[in-house]
Amino acid sequence: MDWLKFFRSEPKNTASIAKERLKVVVAHQREGRTNGPAYLPKLREELLLVVRKYVQVPDSAVHIHVQREAGLEVLEMNITLPETS
Amino acid sequence: MAKIIVVTSGKGGVGKTTTSASFATGLAMRGHKTAVIDFDVGLRNLDLIMGCERRVVFDFVNVIHGEATLRQALIKDKQHDNLFILAASQTRDKDALTADGVGRVLDELAKDFDYIVCDSPAGIEKGAHLAMYYADEALVVTNPEVSSVRDSDRVLGLLASKTRRAETGNGRVKEHLVLTRYNPARVQKGEMLSVDDVREILAIPLLGVIPESPAVLSSSNAGVPVIANKDSDAGRAYEDLVARFLGEPREHRFIAPEKKGLLGRLFGT
Ligand SMILES: Nc1ncnc2c1ncn2[C@@H]1O[C@H](COP(=O)(O)OP(=O)(O)OP(=O)(O)O)[C@@H](O)[C@H]1O
Ligand SMILES: [Mg+2]
Repeated sequence: MDWLKFFRSEPKNTASIAKERLKVVVAHQREGRTNGPAYLPKLREELLLVVRKYVQVPDSAVHIHVQREAGLEVLEMNITLPETS
Repeated sequence: MAKIIVVTSGKGGVGKTTTSASFATGLAMRGHKTAVIDFDVGLRNLDLIMGCERRVVFDFVNVIHGEATLRQALIKDKQHDNLFILAASQTRDKDALTADGVGRVLDELAKDFDYIVCDSPAGIEKGAHLAMYYADEALVVTNPEVSSVRDSDRVLGLLASKTRRAETGNGRVKEHLVLTRYNPARVQKGEMLSVDDVREILAIPLLGVIPESPAVLSSSNAGVPVIANKDSDAGRAYEDLVARFLGEPREHRFIAPEKKGLLGRLFGT
């Protein structure tokens, strides 16, 4: 047994774990929020239809984000393709 | 025309009332006629933090119901002539506040105040909704901790959709991040989210960082907002925050751990 372990405090960086978890949670929360243009939900739906012409993806595969940064609005679209097996 | 500022957070116990009291006092200290309203119906608290609990005769709900005039219900601060407190009602009736009633009181206050500070209750129910509904700007009080940050983000969503400004398409509520109970030493050790982490996640402008400080408790014991304690770190941090709010650039202090003296380093305190 490694007795030294008892005395050494393991420098675990829990803050960075917290940050990564929060990024995911907040991204989800922000989807479908009404702070973007009103056409966003419809855009997302139609996009899903187009994607499905070519590849079967679940509803959750299309992510749309509107980000505001220093007065600039950025529309970001993300489509997760299923793993090819 | 008065500016209405809501102090809100979603999560409870993060420092909304502490911030409302010091923010309102700070605005008054700088010569602005300010009213601070406790929206926490059933759980009156602001009066204690402001040290005027023994002078509450009428409250916010009395005014809304026409049982008292605004003049009768406003409590003048003992230290500052231009600072007034409107206490929350202790009624357990959840519907005591109405959108109309709140709107009327705010309109009347707006006639002769420069700033109206609304101390929101926790949660995202009616009281919190009404506290933010008429706001022009919002102080989003957040602790460097996962559930608080997530709740703050929920609140940002509400500010952008469930407020008068959002509903009437009249611009948006201006958001300010207030990070409280910050412990720089723990941040340095990687045990606590940093200012930059929280800023990056919430993506709103930072107004101030208030350190975790024993002065907050001693101030609330005494019934004097911590901003009046000019020797304390939290007091000075709130003073900076008010200055920044009023457009005066101030560097952020208290975000790096204090340098330890030799003894501190030897004993690791
Ligand atoms: N910077 C700080 N340092 C140390 N303690 C603090 C700090 N800010 C707030 N506190 C303490 O945290 C507790 C909660 O503060 P406060 O009542 O201001 O929170 P709140 O958000 O208004 O709570 P509620 O959601 O119940 O209305 C109090 O005991 C207060 O003394
Ligand atoms: Mg409170």
